[in-house]
Amino acid sequence: MNHGPDDILLEVRDLHTSFKTDEGLILAVAGVDFVMRHGETLGLVGESGSGKTVAALSIMRLIPEPPGRIFKGRILFEGRDLLRLSEREMRKVRGNRISMIFQEPMTCLNPVVRVGDQIGEAVRLHQGLSATEARSVAVQMLRKVGIPDPDRRAKEFPHQLSGGMRQRVMIGMALACHPRLIIADEPTTALDVTIQAQILELMNDLKEDFQTAVLLITHDLGVIAETAQWVAVMYAGRIVEYADVKTLFSVPSHPYTIGLLESMPSLDGEIPEDRTLRTIPGMVPSLLDLKAGCTFQDRCPTAFDRCRQEEPPLFQTHHGCLSRCWLHGR
Amino acid sequence: MSGSERKKPRSRTLRRFYRNPLSLLGLFLVVVLTLTAVLAPFLAPKDPATQSLFDKRAKPFGKFILGADQFGRDILSRLIYGARVSLFVAFFSVAIALSGGLIIGTLCGYFEGALDTLLMRVMDLLLSFPYLLLAIALVSALGPGLLNTTVAIGFWALPTFARMVRASVLGLKKREFITAASALGAPAWRIILLHIVPNFVAPLVVYATLFMANAIMMEAALSFLGLGVQPPTPSWGEMISSGRNALMVAPHVATIPGLAIMLAVLGFNLLGDGLRDALDPKMKVP
Repeated sequence: MNHGPDDILLEVRDLHTSFKTDEGLILAVAGVDFVMRHGETLGLVGESGSGKTVAALSIMRLIPEPPGRIFKGRILFEGRDLLRLSEREMRKVRGNRISMIFQEPMTCLNPVVRVGDQIGEAVRLHQGLSATEARSVAVQMLRKVGIPDPDRRAKEFPHQLSGGMRQRVMIGMALACHPRLIIADEPTTALDVTIQAQILELMNDLKEDFQTAVLLITHDLGVIAETAQWVAVMYAGRIVEYADVKTLFSVPSHPYTIGLLESMPSLDGEIPEDRTLRTIPGMVPSLLDLKAGCTFQDRCPTAFDRCRQEEPPLFQTHHGCLSRCWLHGR
Repeated sequence: MSGSERKKPRSRTLRRFYRNPLSLLGLFLVVVLTLTAVLAPFLAPKDPATQSLFDKRAKPFGKFILGADQFGRDILSRLIYGARVSLFVAFFSVAIALSGGLIIGTLCGYFEGALDTLLMRVMDLLLSFPYLLLAIALVSALGPGLLNTTVAIGFWALPTFARMVRASVLGLKKREFITAASALGAPAWRIILLHIVPNFVAPLVVYATLFMANAIMMEAALSFLGLGVQPPTPSWGEMISSGRNALMVAPHVATIPGLAIMLAVLGFNLLGDGLRDALDPKMKVP
């Protein structure tokens, strides 16, 4: 990693978040480290249940407590450890310095509040604007996110907008206070493909405009390839590979990443003889009873004895990236 | 969705309400009841308390339009003044139940924990009383009278409101738009008032309207038992009670206030049903 210390925006160190359940304690995030610089897009990839969303909500400190608890680690944002802030100070960060875009635009907008008022909420909270001033900011934001006839749309309720437009509204809400960091949790998953492309393009444009860093959470490697500069691959609550986007796609170093990339159908690639898509055998291990050793051991084609005994740390690979695999520790 | 519908969701609600003849009948009855109560001194042909033993149990359509009771008091005038009592009790008992239920319900539902357990067990305790018994116990403790009756009925209704509010809050606070509002940095009070409460106000208003009918009946029942409003203040329940002994000789003395209760209750029920259909929460919350 060639990050200079000067322009670091967010530094997550050894983050651990657990949930108490009836069956036992689940370690949803087990020691996550990453760094983000100003204006950079970091893709956080992983399958469902790998801890991506929990990691994001931990940064926002929106983990419901109980049953959840962030019990270890540091989240340094603009030089301050977010985990040490009081709830009151944290509220000043949320929506103002860091904001969040959620997966389901259908359910993330309050059905009984006009969209203009929902966008204006952030500026009312953080800049103390009056209702009228907030409304004009909201109309400006709607225009910025490419909603036609923003004056009229601002007065509408969410059910009167299409899914793509609602996601645009969510983006408008997130950007209203010009935050330094946007956490986008699967922002395009619930949208159909043509709208996905539009939303990604919009996010890329606005990111340039607003000079905002984006933590993009997704399970879609295609989205990552198009938008991110750095990628962190998560598996069972851990980051297993951390690389710049070019290296990740050309020389993936962790067996899990290799498996993920091989499972992707490609338009110009060779069609396998049996004409079936490649998959990674097995299932994500239950976080309730993790075995000793590497979390990926049961599904890994290259697993050897050490993988079953000791959990690998992150090793530097010869491409300057990080990989949590013993293959790189030899 | 056409352009006109898109513009005015509120007028759509109104239109749905006006299209239903039964809700209009309910609204009409409630408006008549309200006007009667407000304008009682102008509408009543006679003083409701003036006795005249010569006119004891006078038949209707004679000297008195609706006859007279066993003390020779004008039933119509007593009916008109009785509307004040019914409406006062209905309105203020529901106000007590609604505000108390809203506060307790949102606190319990939003914060949960020990406070929730404690308050909800108290509510369960109140709910476990047979319905008339609790009101009787409260009135006996406080002493009869208009205000105490209202308070007793309000407290009797409070647990139901609190439970309803709590259930709504519990469901709503797990919705994603609440997380989204927290992610914008909204404090708890703002999330409750701006994002949670407006989402269940419609069903709550409906329930409150329907409950006014119950409150009117409850007041009548308490007054019938002599625990409610005290004579000479006219109350419909007390009027039935006083006419009950002469039901065979002069049926009008008890049946006319009975009809008034029926119409008032019917009015609130129809209005509540109409509001429920018009404000159908399914139209708003997807």
